[in-house]
Amino acid sequence: MLTPEQIETRLERILSSVQKPARYVGGEVNSVVKDWDSVSTRVALIFPDIYDIGVSNVGLKILYDQINQRHDALAERAYSVWTDMEAKMREQGIPLYALESKRPLGGFDILGFSLPYETLYTNTLNILDLAGIPLRSADRDETQPLVIAGGHACTNPEPMHAFIDAFVIGEGEEVIHEIIDAVQARQSQSATRADLLLALAKIPGVYVPRFYKTHYMDDGTVSHMETLADNLPATIVKRIVGKLPPPPTKFIVPNIEVVHNRASVEIMRGCTRGCRFCQAGMITRPVRERSVDDIVEAAAQAIRSSGFEELALLSLSSSDFTYVVELVNKISEKFKGQKLTISLPSLRIESVSIDLMDKLREHYSGGFTLAPEAASERMRRTINKFIPDEDILNTTREIYRRGWTTIKLYFMIGHPSETIEDVQAIVNLCKRVIAEGRKAAGMKVKLNVGVGTLVPKPQTPFQWVSVDTRESILAKQQLLKDGLRDRSLKLSWTRPDDTLLEAWLARGDRRTAEVIHAAWKRGAKFDAWEESRKHEIWMSAFAECGLDPAFYTHRTRRTDEIFAWDHIATAVRKNFLFQDFRQSLEGKIRVDCRQNCYACGILPTFSNLRREHPGGGWKCPDVKSPAKVSHPLSVIRGQIPVSGD
Amino acid sequence: MRIRIGFSKQGALRYTGHLDLHNLWERAVRRAALPLEYSQGYHPQPKIQFASALPLGFASCAEVMDLWLKEERGLEACRAGLQAALPDGIQILAIEQVDERAPALQTQVVAAEYKITVPAEFASGLNEKAAALMLAASLPRERRGKTYDLRPLVESLCLSPLPLEDEAGVLIFLRLASREGATGRPEEVLDQMGIPADPVRIERTRLIFQG
Repeated sequence: MLTPEQIETRLERILSSVQKPARYVGGEVNSVVKDWDSVSTRVALIFPDIYDIGVSNVGLKILYDQINQRHDALAERAYSVWTDMEAKMREQGIPLYALESKRPLGGFDILGFSLPYETLYTNTLNILDLAGIPLRSADRDETQPLVIAGGHACTNPEPMHAFIDAFVIGEGEEVIHEIIDAVQARQSQSATRADLLLALAKIPGVYVPRFYKTHYMDDGTVSHMETLADNLPATIVKRIVGKLPPPPTKFIVPNIEVVHNRASVEIMRGCTRGCRFCQAGMITRPVRERSVDDIVEAAAQAIRSSGFEELALLSLSSSDFTYVVELVNKISEKFKGQKLTISLPSLRIESVSIDLMDKLREHYSGGFTLAPEAASERMRRTINKFIPDEDILNTTREIYRRGWTTIKLYFMIGHPSETIEDVQAIVNLCKRVIAEGRKAAGMKVKLNVGVGTLVPKPQTPFQWVSVDTRESILAKQQLLKDGLRDRSLKLSWTRPDDTLLEAWLARGDRRTAEVIHAAWKRGAKFDAWEESRKHEIWMSAFAECGLDPAFYTHRTRRTDEIFAWDHIATAVRKNFLFQDFRQSLEGKIRVDCRQNCYACGILPTFSNLRREHPGGGWKCPDVKSPAKVSHPLSVIRGQIPVSGD
Repeated sequence: MRIRIGFSKQGALRYTGHLDLHNLWERAVRRAALPLEYSQGYHPQPKIQFASALPLGFASCAEVMDLWLKEERGLEACRAGLQAALPDGIQILAIEQVDERAPALQTQVVAAEYKITVPAEFASGLNEKAAALMLAASLPRERRGKTYDLRPLVESLCLSPLPLEDEAGVLIFLRLASREGATGRPEEVLDQMGIPADPVRIERTRLIFQG
């Protein structure tokens, strides 16, 4: 294995001839360089896209802090390298290395991948290959690092089961320490890799695919999952923290401009709105809020230690944060007179949102983004995001009137049972927004319209829904393009190829792993980026594996189908999701669950945790019953499978 | 208060370009909690000026910049605060207060000196190539579609074997004109001498100012 000095010498020769070489050298303020020999466990945290995107990822930042606070472990970082750098590294025989120590990834004890979305899968394989580590878990020997992954995409881990040794399901703040402890126990007992994996499989929230086997029915759907070792749970329940730990405040400050040059504070985790298309809203429950004082203090520390000119207050739905008005008041007071942009994304379409933005005005530039998602009443009921036209028009008119010239509206097409009239409603609504805006503020008003296509994600009420067909998507997009021709209007959309790829990967099963491997061998990488040959590569990969992509995306699913991800429990019960799906078909709305608990399954699973953290931090009702001794797994298991109708 | 800072740029920071360096200093000043002055207008810009842009990949032990603070501060406190806030690779070498009305730094630069480390494999015949270059009456070259004469921009060129025992190769010491519209580039000189840019290391060692 090359030494850091050898790697640096070889890098010297190539860095002047690649784009943005600062991506590959580290040396940022707030990066942590520990003495390699002073710790027993070394972890490389990897975001499998380029530095420009990965460096500001908050999830990895949390883990970086958690691990580096230990005296017996260190965490470093690695990212995908862009194609020009990859070519040079392969030519010079430089393996992928971590930025802090310049050590090859193969020299670490643990490689931890962040997989927030599915289009990073081929990049993950490419990183392992560039690091000289066998792609398949089964091919790794005693000397190779443990390869783990976490993030939202891991709520269906099966497409990556062949490449990842262990998945973390849910929140990683606590479980990462248990994993490091298990690795250290193996080192001190000189146990084998197999022993370690078995030990990991027994940690709640850790899924080790090799101890599970999928059995299929004749029609290709899953029959059942077999457990291959004793005392392992049949269902892996996600981990959560009862109280959000103090947020990271020492953000890495890149020495080049990246996508998000900012410090951020997560103000709240989870969402109570229950939009049926939204995977994040389903899998990050329950809602837990931070206190206003904690947020303001963390924000001040983060800005002080980074010097960033932007602060983002992050959550899935900022307007729903209980003390959002107080928070905005305190934040604008705290940073009064400072050159600082403050962003508060994911605001609801209501007048209070404009008041909030007005308060941040001194610190705000740029446009206003709102997400109605659908424009007809029927679709709004279907997706459980019901915002009447009048509210949208009143809000956008008021935004223009108060001097913002650009508004961005997000919509989605491909909702279940959507017709061409529902898409026409998007056109009509956007035209009214512009017309009303012009009346209020003149011809300078601008409207950017982003229209995505629904990918029915696992672990959501829409997991039974099939993806819209390519022909239908194209027809709907054409309608939008024809209807939204206006000099004040800018339309953007997702290419059907990208939607289909995301859906194949999101809804895949264990056989999808072979397709991913085949596509990577054919050159697939950076699947989240625009690339013209992508579709062709993936179609060939499916053909090579003898699989029909439509099986994953365009099949009507039986109501009692066992999904490839059913053994992964986000604690939101499958029959809750199914009832919600039924309600969607009936056009029934479920209001914010802060007002009315619908018994999604979070409380029975985490009743003990809720009991330990009573009161307003969680937005679920308090648990009054005495502590139960029964294992939460039994609760989950008792409630699936769903019977047909 | 206008402060002039001499600093080095080494290691990982060689790969941070001129515009990014601007942001880097702005953030460092903010981390050091110094009251940076901003320009007036709709898009206020921090008042930070560099004497001369350093090309990406070059090291330097001779960069010079001015920055303006809204309030008076002790120079030593500024130096200590900024140094603690800067990433490894940027070292403050000198700091002084200058007259607010002194001319802009970039108008005062007349020349720059560079030390170029050439690996042994490209070192043969360098003496002859250097002599040919210096003896030429003119060296017409094309850069970005424009023709220009490189020769008058090369003020001096010396060769010396690498002093280190374990590393063979040659050092080139160059002094190039660096005026507005007449800036010599070390990589153009290397190309003229038939030395590829990738394997050499270039360090700016001095900026020469008027007067």
